[in-house]
Amino acid sequence: MSIEVRIPTILRPFTKDQKAVAASGASLTALITDLDSQFPGIGERLLENGALRRFINIYVNDEDVRFLGGLDAQIKDGDSVTILPAVAGG
Amino acid sequence: MSLTISRAFVDAIIEQSRAEYPDECCGVILGPVGSGKANRLKAMVNAAHSPTFYEFDPKDLLALYREVDDKDEEIVVIYHSHTETEAYPSRTDIAYAGEPGAHYVLVSSREEIAPAIEFRSYRIIDGEVTEEEVSITD
Repeated sequence: MSIEVRIPTILRPFTKDQKAVAASGASLTALITDLDSQFPGIGERLLENGALRRFINIYVNDEDVRFLGGLDAQIKDGDSVTILPAVAGG
Repeated sequence: MSLTISRAFVDAIIEQSRAEYPDECCGVILGPVGSGKANRLKAMVNAAHSPTFYEFDPKDLLALYREVDDKDEEIVVIYHSHTETEAYPSRTDIAYAGEPGAHYVLVSSREEIAPAIEFRSYRIIDGEVTEEEVSITD
């Protein structure tokens, strides 16, 4: 099973500057676990106390995972996952 | 480091900040990948609709990145307004700055300085703010 994960600029230091990487996992939790084992430290940039960080957006195909069950979102072979930091501030 | 930006874009951003006052306004300027040129201004909706916070809607954000990718562009400038404080990055601006390659432009629309223009640009990298020169072209 291979899922393309698009990595934002700010996290590319973890992926040796790769813009997209391949990962596997049937749920978002499993996918992040796999990503973190390939690219140690990246998981912590996505999760905080076991929940998705508020200012990180993750999409499965075109849908924000917050509307797909969050970390329980199901992912299947051929899906594309995009990680984008929120553009936000005060 | 400095930002070169057209007078028309400066005026458009200031106008947008006044139109959306008292909420903060926000948007981006795009340019060809690797060029660093601020070529195409795109106003964004402040999904927070707040005088003290701005956030691109997550759906708009994805659409923006797709568009930028499709057109071989990059985000050259990320701008937003401060409504009652100076045009300097706030603690939250610094905490959430996620584009190390972008110029972060701040414009202040607070009333006492409205006739004057407070339009400033910064790099925000790893929590560190560096102000840069803004060069306005006609």
